[in-house]
Amino acid sequence: MSAREITFGRAVAEAIQEEMARDKNVIVIGEDCWRALEEDQLHPKYARKPHPRVFNTPISEAGFTGAAVGAAMMGLRPVLYFLMGMFMLSGFDQVVNQIPKLGYLSGGQAKLPIVIYTSNAVGNRYAAQHAWSMHPMFANIPGFKIALPSTPYDAKGLMKTAIRDDSPVLFLSHFLLEGTKGAVPEREFTIDFGKADIKRPGKDVTVVAISSMVDKAMRAARRLERQGIDAEVLDPRTVVPLDKEAIFRSVEKTGHLVIVDDAHRTCSFASEISATVAEEKFDCLKAPVKRVAIADVPVPFSPVLEDEIVPTERKIIDAVKSVLNR
Amino acid sequence: MPRLLQYSRSLEPSRCIRLESTSERGAYASGYEAWAKLNNPMTTTVGPWVSDTAPQSDPSSPSKLSPELLLQMYREMLTIRAFEEACYDQFRSDPSMRYAGIHAYIGQEATAVGTCSALRKGDKITSTHRGHGHLIAMGAEPKLMMAEIQGKSTGYNKGKGGSLHIASFDLGILGANGVVGAGIPIATGVAFAMKHKHLNQVCVSFFGDSAANEGVFNEGLNLASIWKLPVVFVCENNQYAVHTPVTESTSVADISVRAAGYSMPGVTVDGNDALKVYEAAYSAVERARGGAGPTLIECKTYRIMPHQGDMPDYRPPEEKEAWKAKDPIKRFEEFLTKSGLLKQETKTAIAKQVTDTIQGAVSYARESNWPDPKQAYQDVYA
Repeated sequence: MSAREITFGRAVAEAIQEEMARDKNVIVIGEDCWRALEEDQLHPKYARKPHPRVFNTPISEAGFTGAAVGAAMMGLRPVLYFLMGMFMLSGFDQVVNQIPKLGYLSGGQAKLPIVIYTSNAVGNRYAAQHAWSMHPMFANIPGFKIALPSTPYDAKGLMKTAIRDDSPVLFLSHFLLEGTKGAVPEREFTIDFGKADIKRPGKDVTVVAISSMVDKAMRAARRLERQGIDAEVLDPRTVVPLDKEAIFRSVEKTGHLVIVDDAHRTCSFASEISATVAEEKFDCLKAPVKRVAIADVPVPFSPVLEDEIVPTERKIIDAVKSVLNR
Repeated sequence: MPRLLQYSRSLEPSRCIRLESTSERGAYASGYEAWAKLNNPMTTTVGPWVSDTAPQSDPSSPSKLSPELLLQMYREMLTIRAFEEACYDQFRSDPSMRYAGIHAYIGQEATAVGTCSALRKGDKITSTHRGHGHLIAMGAEPKLMMAEIQGKSTGYNKGKGGSLHIASFDLGILGANGVVGAGIPIATGVAFAMKHKHLNQVCVSFFGDSAANEGVFNEGLNLASIWKLPVVFVCENNQYAVHTPVTESTSVADISVRAAGYSMPGVTVDGNDALKVYEAAYSAVERARGGAGPTLIECKTYRIMPHQGDMPDYRPPEEKEAWKAKDPIKRFEEFLTKSGLLKQETKTAIAKQVTDTIQGAVSYARESNWPDPKQAYQDVYA
């Protein structure tokens, strides 16, 4: 029996709905947050009766983020929804200076089980204010866990784990992934944080790919196979915590590392993985590490210009061949 | 003749503002004048707030308060004053206090004590960078506060927060906060959860006049209003945003009038009069508890010390002297003495109690251990 296929967005919505049914403290709050549940009937225009635990807010990012902090202090478990990741910037003090820090600063008194559910969005012709990958910046803020699923299956399992986690979690979807379909079993399952997934085993080169880059890396790997290069594609799934051991095991096997990250190159997460492997597994490397990331310019609108600066299948193939000296 | 603030003391929920018909909403839209016409019991007579004459305490008011509560308020105000003075003494003499970042509450004691005395067990507060007064008024132990301020392991936050972040969730103190205005939406969310869970509790958010110029003020008050939350916003207008006078930074003479923009009652009170503050807080807190929604209270007061530590102070000396003459503790003491509640022996006993508490706090903090350095790695995640 083949497993049913659903979209990435539907998988996340299912996870949230199942967790809401399991735990009455789970609430959804944010701007047009009914969209997180993919339930059009929750739109205020159609809703005969508002959902008792879905709280649509004004566009007041600092206000509703702060409200989620206060609600979490009182024992609720908010799924905090932003239409796009970049809108977090309007409430940035609350997002980065309150949520990840209050637990620590209070000596562990404040417990903030908040899941920020939003999207990275490079590659969708949105231009720089809406097109930006925020995970490297957040990874630089201790206190957040960060999930970046690449498939509907991972999205559902990671969202369920995120909601059950007592610490703040940034759950970053990707605009290019939301409509993609994949197999998701109907049975209950969760995916632990800090457990990378080998999306494709290989022996010649390790390609670590993050979020929407996994699909590009897989396509590149299939083309490389025809040229006699066997690439292993590794998806960390969460960057905080990072499954360093899985990356080390793969690099020990292949001796070559390419990291694909659709974030700006300087201080990208690719940079962090590169530094970590250089520090701890230098002896295993047979060639320098390569990063495939977005050029350090604001993301332009024109398709021609955007394609110029983002990681592509071609750029991944070139990077792999370069580290293999082929 | 100075126009003093007036507000009706009637507390019946039936007379509180209701926003049920669209025509009423329309009336709100036309601004403060229309709002004031809505027969709101909390309506203030707004206008230039003149403080040359201290408002007389309403003699009928204390009769509603038990002597125990009044003496407790007096003791708390003295404790706050003595605590802050002890912080300064140590800051100037003890090298381990050099980094403590003392934002002293001296001069504002009536605001914290008047407000927190109106709360019940289970109610919560969010506090500010100038928060020591709020914490003591909520029942925090000076010795655990002092230990936190010194970064000792015995402090409320295990030394991780320091002066700007002291929290005691058990006492309903959800944390002082280092960012101006940050507590406003957080308190709104606390009140949201209280309403969602039917807890019959109220959250008070303390913030300063500068926070009323932050975006979170707009966002928090708007959310609290549309969701009719049990939150009371207490703006402590101490006249200065660090060095900038409120007259240069703020578009209105009375910050309470901004409440009209959020369809909630706004009231300005003499923040150096503990009873006036209590009265306003009590009616707002009970209104919130009754389900009638948020209130904005502005307490006009003054910080006597510089913004922080021994920072340079550019305020006119005559202005400081004028406010020192309105010392909230002196005024409350006079009231208690006149009412016959504070005999000399009681006064002496309370003074000794306070001195002992603060001296005890100082030595407790001094003798406490530093945290194990490895503690730095704990509490990052829950």
